[in-house]
Amino acid sequence: MVGIKMEKNKFDYIIKTENNLWEVVIGLEVHAQVISESKLFSGSPTKFGAKPNTQVSLVDSAFPGMLPVINEYCIKQAIKTGLGLSAKINLLSIFDRKNYFYADLPAGYQISQYKNPIVGEGIVTLDMPYGTKKIGIERLHLEQDAGKSIHDLSPENTFVDLNRSGVALMEIVSKPDLRSPQEVNAYVKKLRTIMRYLGTCDGNMQEGSLRADVNVSVRKIGDKNFGTRCEIKNVNSIKFMELAIESEARRQVELLESGKTLEQETRLFDTKKNETRSMRSKEEAHDYRYFPDPDLLPLKIEQKFIDEIKKNLPELPDEKKERFIKKFKLTPYEANVLVSEIDISNYFEEVIKNADIKLAKNWIMVELFAVLNKKNINIKNSPVSSKDLSSLINTISSGEISGKIAKSVFEIMVETGKDPGKIIKEKGLKQQSDPKEIEKLIIKVLQNNSEKVSEYKSGKEKLYGFFIGEIMKASSGKANPKLVNDILKIKLKK
Amino acid sequence: MSDLNKSSLTNIVNLIKKKKISSLEVTNHFIKNIENSRKLNSFITTCFEEAIKKAKEFDKKKNFNGLLAGVPLAVKDLFCTKNVKTTAGSKILQNFIPTYESSVTQNLWSEGAILLGKLNCDEFAMGSSNETSYFGNSINPIGKNLVPGGSSGGSASALAANLTPATIGTDTGGSIRQPASFTGTVGLKPTYGLCSRWGIVAFASSLDQAGPMTKNVEDCALLLEAMSGYDKKDSTSINKKKENYKSNLNTNIKGLKIGIPKEYRVENMPKEIDKLWKHGVNILKKSGAEIIDITLPHTKYALPTYYIVAPAEASSNLARYDGVKYGYRSKKGKNLIEMYENTRGEGFGDEVKRRVLIGTYVLSSGYYDAYYLKAQKVRSLIKNDFDKSFKTVDAILTPSTPSSAFKVGEKTNDPISMYLNDIFTVPVNLAGLPAISIPAGQDEKGYPLGLQLISKALDEQKILNIALQMEKVISFKQSINRWWE
Repeated sequence: MVGIKMEKNKFDYIIKTENNLWEVVIGLEVHAQVISESKLFSGSPTKFGAKPNTQVSLVDSAFPGMLPVINEYCIKQAIKTGLGLSAKINLLSIFDRKNYFYADLPAGYQISQYKNPIVGEGIVTLDMPYGTKKIGIERLHLEQDAGKSIHDLSPENTFVDLNRSGVALMEIVSKPDLRSPQEVNAYVKKLRTIMRYLGTCDGNMQEGSLRADVNVSVRKIGDKNFGTRCEIKNVNSIKFMELAIESEARRQVELLESGKTLEQETRLFDTKKNETRSMRSKEEAHDYRYFPDPDLLPLKIEQKFIDEIKKNLPELPDEKKERFIKKFKLTPYEANVLVSEIDISNYFEEVIKNADIKLAKNWIMVELFAVLNKKNINIKNSPVSSKDLSSLINTISSGEISGKIAKSVFEIMVETGKDPGKIIKEKGLKQQSDPKEIEKLIIKVLQNNSEKVSEYKSGKEKLYGFFIGEIMKASSGKANPKLVNDILKIKLKK
Repeated sequence: MSDLNKSSLTNIVNLIKKKKISSLEVTNHFIKNIENSRKLNSFITTCFEEAIKKAKEFDKKKNFNGLLAGVPLAVKDLFCTKNVKTTAGSKILQNFIPTYESSVTQNLWSEGAILLGKLNCDEFAMGSSNETSYFGNSINPIGKNLVPGGSSGGSASALAANLTPATIGTDTGGSIRQPASFTGTVGLKPTYGLCSRWGIVAFASSLDQAGPMTKNVEDCALLLEAMSGYDKKDSTSINKKKENYKSNLNTNIKGLKIGIPKEYRVENMPKEIDKLWKHGVNILKKSGAEIIDITLPHTKYALPTYYIVAPAEASSNLARYDGVKYGYRSKKGKNLIEMYENTRGEGFGDEVKRRVLIGTYVLSSGYYDAYYLKAQKVRSLIKNDFDKSFKTVDAILTPSTPSSAFKVGEKTNDPISMYLNDIFTVPVNLAGLPAISIPAGQDEKGYPLGLQLISKALDEQKILNIALQMEKVISFKQSINRWWE
């Protein structure tokens, strides 16, 4: 559309039109599946990918007279997550029934928490290129997942798989503090990192362990009030969240600029067309008839219980980042990268147990990450173990091999999984550090290039690099560069 | 054999334990009674073959341990029974066979009892006359055209007609005590949480409670002892030690303080009921109890409160009967929504639909605060009234019902007058308290009338003791001429 273009500068995400500057306001409801052996209110297992309807109890399929019993482990997980979000844990919370009819909702209601969630307000800190930004958490509540309706297996029938029915989810609701797709990206990743550190959600978006409803509204820069929002339901990848926000924000601006009013509604993101479309209007919205579930007593948590969990909380990404900066003298950027996944930070800390920190961080962030990216695997499955990388780094520090040689050793490590010592020995890659041998080599190279030596001596000092290159070539790269440098200087002076 | 008709549950247990009679003989006796009493329509399902098989197995045992050793029992068709059809009196579950056993019935079988069959009841326990049952109304053995009360009407009818030596029902707003009162039998609604709700088809979860229905107070204590107990599968179950209600029975009620709430003297209450109530007061006085006038000021709000809370919960509890997973499914309908509409439209009866509609309405956004939330607040006020009273009295005596049994069809077109039947029983459910109804006399037509004793939570022993003393003095005589045989 004419006159509308997205402008992304360093600080803001602004939609510029002929007469106006628009700001995007985003709030997220993230649904995170709780890591737990059994479901929220039944003893059924929660294994992903099991055969349909094999992880289902009488409670999950809502047989007459069946009653929910709360799984204490899921409560612990929610509290843990709450603490990870620096949030208030509510000592009293209530499970409510959210009533609606659907074939994959066996009881005709979902047990959720409405007015009294288990976790209250909290904070998530984002590291953006323009500095840190704090995103408010409105609440976190526990609820059951529904089953799955499968419409495409038969032209006449819909099949229902209840394996997911009753699985525990945490719904984490942010405040409308997010202002761009980039911030949403950072927010979801940060949430996921925190939950992975805590072991409360595996964050696996392909398996549906993490998905989000995205609330988007726009307003003119400077406006104090929020615009009418639309909720984009059930977006299951960060990329799609970003695309959905961009297209939805553009749609809203176009609509408002053309003088129309925006209806509050629920929309779906069509990933093929890259646009959102209406799912139901406010008038069509379900009346869920929430009321406290009479089968469950209000959930009372003792402060002692929370304190115990707090005591055993692992180091969280923000704390770890601080520690890395202080203790290992990393830059905030480096620390961020290294703490972004608990497995990366563990790997890093393993490597530096016996190796130089500066070399270690560079090797991990450059060479290792390149390999992992290329092979599309995570660090847990790295072909180079932390121990082997540590040895490799030490051969560099000790001068046994040069950094350059190390790179080829590393390549072989990636391909074969062999330890670096073995590779260096087998391939004879050990650095030449005998000054006499190096001197011989230098003398030979200088003799072969006597013209260039004269040029150098008459002032063409640029040729110094040329000599170094020739010497290294002659040594097949094995000559100790420091020694080469020292001896060459002496030889050229004569 | 006719002795067995006069025998109490306690007697029968003793006879079996002393090997004076076999479980098979007892079982056959009641089977014969049931077969001769089809006219009463008190059973939905019978399981005679299985009962006889179990009785024979029982008789082979050397040790007859268990509180209910070898006794055949029929239970309300709201309890899920493994491999035995469980209908809740509804078309929507007319062919439903559970793969599981309710905790309460399991407790009975664990104590040695044997299932005779499943007893008729109002559909999903919604009714006060057993007339909402999809399987037709059960008849009160007291008289040809009389309702047995409800919702545990089949249970009361079968018990009064000697088709089972005792039975269990469920009580959401009076469903045990009102039919007990209408049939001259004893019925107790325990403290909410004393008996597990696991495996009982739910009507209103915060009010439902299973309880014993028996011929006398001693049997009532015995059966309560057998059926109650903590169950970790029910989150609202009370975790406490099991009581020995029967062996702790004691008729010495001297010095106990009994409250008489003035609010239970309602308009248009038959004089006979007032007379009977006074008679009860006199018995208690003579037995050494102290009578104290008390006030339960919010009583008048109990019925409207109940008819908001119970339907609200029911509307949600009954959502699972949708034709998708089990139970009746309509063949009509082009899509999911139409399948739902037709299934529920055809599968539920009028009273159930009425309550689902009321419940849906009171929970709807915009009405929730005015109805459901307000009702919950009033519910606490009603509970507070009782709590306050129990600071000064040990128990409260009231009539069980505002009338004796009425005629079949008399109130079916007037839901409000039907609901008014529960006016004395409903407050107890709202407060989660225990209450017992015992037969106290007859009206001029010769129909039985009951008195109700209410205590604070978990004080079942106290009302059982008082009831036992009153029973001794009243020495109520049931006059049933077995007109249907």
